Amino acid sequence: MAGGYKYFEAIEKNAGLLGILTAIMVSIGGLAEITPLFMRAHEVKAAPGVKPYDPLRLAGKDIYVREGCYLCHTQMIRALRAETERYGPFSTAEESVYDRPHQWGSKRTGPDLARVGGKYSDEWQRVHLKDPRAVVPESNMPGYPWLMQALVDPDEITQKLRVLRLLGDPYTDEDIANAAAAVVGRTEMEALIAYLQGLGIANEPAAATASTAQAKP
Amino acid sequence: MRIVETYNDHVVRLFLLAAAVWGIIGMAVGVYIAAELAWPALNFGIPWLTFSRLRPDHTFGVIFAFGGSALMGTCYYVVQRTGHTRLALGRLAHFTFWGWQLICVLAMVTMPLGITQSKEYAEPEWLIDLLVAVVWVSFGVVFFATLTRRRIRHIYVANWYYGAFIIAVGLLHIVNNLVVPVSLWKSYPIYSGVVDAMVQWWYGHNAVAFFLTAGFLGMMYYFVPRQAQQPLWSYRFSIVNFWALISVYMWAGSHHLIYTALPDWVQSVGMAFSLVLLMPSWGSAANGLLTFNGSWDKLRTDPAAKFMVIALVFYAASTFEGSMMAIKTVNALSHYTDWTVAHVHSGSIGWVAMITIGSLYAMAPRALGQPAMYSTRAMNVHFWMHTVGLLLYVIAMWFAGVTEGLMWRATEADGSLTHSFIASLLAAKPYYVVRWFGGVLVVGGMVVMAWNLWHTAADARAHLIKPIPVPIPEPEPRQVPAPLPALS
Repeated sequence: MAGGYKYFEAIEKNAGLLGILTAIMVSIGGLAEITPLFMRAHEVKAAPGVKPYDPLRLAGKDIYVREGCYLCHTQMIRALRAETERYGPFSTAEESVYDRPHQWGSKRTGPDLARVGGKYSDEWQRVHLKDPRAVVPESNMPGYPWLMQALVDPDEITQKLRVLRLLGDPYTDEDIANAAAAVVGRTEMEALIAYLQGLGIANEPAAATASTAQAKP
Repeated sequence: MRIVETYNDHVVRLFLLAAAVWGIIGMAVGVYIAAELAWPALNFGIPWLTFSRLRPDHTFGVIFAFGGSALMGTCYYVVQRTGHTRLALGRLAHFTFWGWQLICVLAMVTMPLGITQSKEYAEPEWLIDLLVAVVWVSFGVVFFATLTRRRIRHIYVANWYYGAFIIAVGLLHIVNNLVVPVSLWKSYPIYSGVVDAMVQWWYGHNAVAFFLTAGFLGMMYYFVPRQAQQPLWSYRFSIVNFWALISVYMWAGSHHLIYTALPDWVQSVGMAFSLVLLMPSWGSAANGLLTFNGSWDKLRTDPAAKFMVIALVFYAASTFEGSMMAIKTVNALSHYTDWTVAHVHSGSIGWVAMITIGSLYAMAPRALGQPAMYSTRAMNVHFWMHTVGLLLYVIAMWFAGVTEGLMWRATEADGSLTHSFIASLLAAKPYYVVRWFGGVLVVGGMVVMAWNLWHTAADARAHLIKPIPVPIPEPEPRQVPAPLPALS
């Protein structure tokens, strides 16, 4: 016993050694789990034909982030029967390749939104976002009436597309040139609704597209 | 005249004040948003007062502003006392105080304005993140510089935890916040989708591990033996627990993503390590509790000891709960429900807040030149308000969470779902009111503590207290680096 302890004793009497060994021990777990994912991230690709967010939906996504929607709504349908029954096919990694940051969420005070696109009309979404209790009297969701007046900033959206291209999202020069025009004069409410109505449709994996295409009239 | 080296308790007192103030602010925001969930009219249609804008203020306020100030203050106190030396780099130490307070104010103001990265517990945008990095590195420099000038050759166990807390949180903060700015107030992370989720929960989980566990264990390992007036139950046991805790915790982050689109092997590894993690967690809790052997009578007379004992009990309880919730079948029920909220708060109101309050009650009179806190009766009132509030909160959220989980999965004989989503919210609503009331009691207790500290600090406010001289021990042989000679 005492023989083994002398090694610990050496560590505990040297601040530098203690610090270095601590740094090594805390690094192993993260390296083991994140490195393989990071190295293989290029294998997870969007389904063929799926493009990164168009400017209006990108603006909507950033409003979703700004308002903190992810604190009460997940965008991750788990591979469990009750979940797929309630929300639709389970979410796959390729669906969120353009999500920076991801919006998987951690708490459902409200329902999952991964496949909310097309579930309600634009008008329902507008009324609901302005005053949720006008359409769902029991809801405890806050209203977001200020989105009706505020306009999307066309200059910022161009810069956003540039940064996203820098990070590897496949926007063309043409996409960037036309970005400002696509959002000019549009309200934040319109942008957020465009984003919500695309969820689970525009980013759908190939297999799921086929099945829901049949389901639709 | 001989110049005497004294402890730098000025910066400790500043952090003590900050912790008392941020504790009230952070928890009061929590009570307000809890009320919004029960009575949504309280959002008033005001953007910055809306639940979803305000929730990061609650988490940041209690974790980083309250917890951070308490951790940095006690860290500076403990490293001086255990090393028999004055804090190194006094000006830099003061910079860490003002820098940290600036960060807290900036974060608390910008997040309700919608300036957020949307990464839980890492919401502040890139400019604030840069400031955090600078202040954090300075904090590390002050801490390790003080360690190297210690006069006791052996580094006491509390300092290992503080050291691990500083190193790991710095690492987590930098890796999770790698972004490209779009403007001053907006950035996009370099990770996307599944990699971003894994990095975020590696961070999120280990912010719990190293900010809310390792840091507060540092506090526990110093103040529990101090308050119990007993040596640590087993020093050898603390070594085993330390190395096991810091290496195992980092693997467990993926248990936040069970049954998601994260590769299955990472989920399974996270679950397995979460179960292993129970060992060092209970080891530390047992080591703290058994240190009270021979001093259990203090629970009758010393409210600070009461806070510490209940903190350790809740540490054991919530780490057990956490390991169980990481089991896939349990997680299928608990995830996304208020059970998670119950678990987090049994850890934070139970373990983190109570070990902090106990340690502050132990440290404050010593740092403020008083024989004891101003009012023992007020400490007792605080203890009962906090404990009852904690139990109301956690039990209400357990009921809400299990109810939601069961309702979401209930199916009829033909396989269709039994309940609509809104039915589960209606079932949880009464519990939201109970939870709010529990929170009111906890904040009320914090106000009582602030009042008590204010009176205990009467001499400090009048600039009447004298700095405490450092006891200079005989120099020990073979210390690397050589101990600082006594000033003469």
